[in-house]
Amino acid sequence: MTLLEAILLTVMTASTPLLIAAIGELVAERAGVLNLGVEGMMIMGAAAGIAVAITTGSSAAGVAAAILAGMALAAVFALLVLGLATNQVAAGLALAIFGLGLSGVLGAPFVGVPRAGIGKIEVPFLSDIPFLGAVLFRQDPFVYASFALVIGVAWFLGRTRAGLVLRACGENAAAAHALGYKVLRIRFLALLFGGGCAGLAGAYLSLVLTPFWTSGMTSGRGWIALAIVVFASWMPWRAVAGAYLFGGVTILQLHAQSAGVPVPPQAMAALPYLITILALVLIMRARSGGSTAPAGLGRPFVPDR
Amino acid sequence: MRLVLEQRPETGFALRLLSPLLAVALALASAAVMFAALGADPLVALHAYFILPLSDSWGLQEVAVKATPLVLISVGLAFCYRAGVWNIGAEGQFLLGAIGGAWLAIATHGAAQGPWLLPAMLIAGAAGGAIFALIPAVLRTRFGASEILTSLMLVYVAELLLDWLVRGPWRDPDGFNMPQTVTFSPAATLPLLAEGGRLNLGTPIALLVVAAAALVAARTLKGFEIRLVGEAPRAAGFAGIDAKRLTWLVFALSGALAGLAGIVEVSGTLRQLQPGLSPGYGFTAIIVAFLGRLNPMGCLVAGVFLAVTFIGGENAQIMLRLPLDATRVFQGLLLFYVLACDTMLLYRVRLLRSAPA
Repeated sequence: MTLLEAILLTVMTASTPLLIAAIGELVAERAGVLNLGVEGMMIMGAAAGIAVAITTGSSAAGVAAAILAGMALAAVFALLVLGLATNQVAAGLALAIFGLGLSGVLGAPFVGVPRAGIGKIEVPFLSDIPFLGAVLFRQDPFVYASFALVIGVAWFLGRTRAGLVLRACGENAAAAHALGYKVLRIRFLALLFGGGCAGLAGAYLSLVLTPFWTSGMTSGRGWIALAIVVFASWMPWRAVAGAYLFGGVTILQLHAQSAGVPVPPQAMAALPYLITILALVLIMRARSGGSTAPAGLGRPFVPDR
Repeated sequence: MRLVLEQRPETGFALRLLSPLLAVALALASAAVMFAALGADPLVALHAYFILPLSDSWGLQEVAVKATPLVLISVGLAFCYRAGVWNIGAEGQFLLGAIGGAWLAIATHGAAQGPWLLPAMLIAGAAGGAIFALIPAVLRTRFGASEILTSLMLVYVAELLLDWLVRGPWRDPDGFNMPQTVTFSPAATLPLLAEGGRLNLGTPIALLVVAAAALVAARTLKGFEIRLVGEAPRAAGFAGIDAKRLTWLVFALSGALAGLAGIVEVSGTLRQLQPGLSPGYGFTAIIVAFLGRLNPMGCLVAGVFLAVTFIGGENAQIMLRLPLDATRVFQGLLLFYVLACDTMLLYRVRLLRSAPA
């Protein structure tokens, strides 16, 4: 394996959890709900994933538990913002704080318990293609899942009637409601999808990337996923570019640290966060004020019976 | 069966007072269930959490010491949230305040220090927090970048900056290589107010800030403008209020108060910089602000309550071996309940059994 292949492989492992979490949040936001609790759902997925995987000895059970944990937290959030029409920003913050705390409580018995990660799957024939084969087709199942999710979501939002209805709920909930669509139910399903994706992304962290549990191991990835959605202008394909940009910066700073670049390691570690800010500014500048956000994003909707 | 919300024509005063109390009661009940699930006697755990910290002089002083930063930060955040500006990076502004003030203490350490030093440190702390808070404000007004995300990203940057300072240029040369700065000299330390505890001048400063903020919020034109921009931005625009400058103002104000909290914590309580010097005050203060109904006096009461949970969490960890993260779970739950109960102020919540027409 060449050095370039090795670097690209690590970039993919750093980018995949960001991409999975971002694509889930993207769907929720296209339906008009801003769920700032991605960090909380993600870390609950990481904790539940490794706890179940260690207890049952099955990685698949761990992944399923992670998805369910993310969805459970999303359901709590939905009860607040859809059922009770609370402020979405505040409820999202509460979800992030709650998830960080609960994951610490649940994960406490599993701190430092090592575990074999999930292996890679080689796609027959395709993995023999020089260069591309090694990078794209000798990956763990999560990487394939992330691409399946992007393709599926892009097709769903852009090419299906249900996707159109979901977008209508995000653009103008009152109009969608007047046409007879169940806005709150559609938003609920979108939130569940987002929660499941965040949980899956969390499972990737605790089962593949660093196969053991440490409290607070998401270290802001949930928030970066939120930034990727903005960066992507709420479009699934651009989320891939965003996720790989941020994943690439993370890996770049790790390589620069080990290569002995004469910069304090803390400055390098701050790079992904600074790049996130810079990317947000540049993308807003490029749009020069014209927002591409769903028009109804973050606005509670209360149907008048 | 489904939930139906009906708009209330008006909200009574009793309901406004009742809502946060109900939220606290529900959070306590949920905490009891959580403690039982963790294998502790719920009553013993609740006692350790909420009664023990208030039962002796040392505990009461600690509550005041912990409430001080929470109250200072949350009062500032209340102005932001009232104006519909989402500063969630107070944790970073707190750290920059600590760094800004500590810089003076460290630069003058071992040299001529006078009575001017403490006021200068407080001002430098507030300035550090305010300048750091203006970054997301300007990125918001100039480029339209979401202040939620940028202010949060800057928290991580601030943590790394602090980490670098105490391990690198500001490390105590006689500190056995520990990541910490020199211990501040008495001239750079806020005086203690009582024997046998850590209660210091920071607490009266926080009380003064609450009084001033209550006055500004209720009795001045600026306080009214802040509410107006938050509740009716279009009307505010017609009234000629510059929303851009107001965004800067509330960000700078909340950053200054968070920075003041940071330097008060460092100069009054810790007396040196060290990594992890905040147990998440900046995030807990968000909960304080909402529990206090975005009202300075309310923030005072809510800040004391959440300070109790910090000390109670430590008690429960030592006495009952409950994980420290249980405190965070409680705080998150509390914010859920506060938001849910606030819905009652605007709407009548009804459960309908029949299918919708």
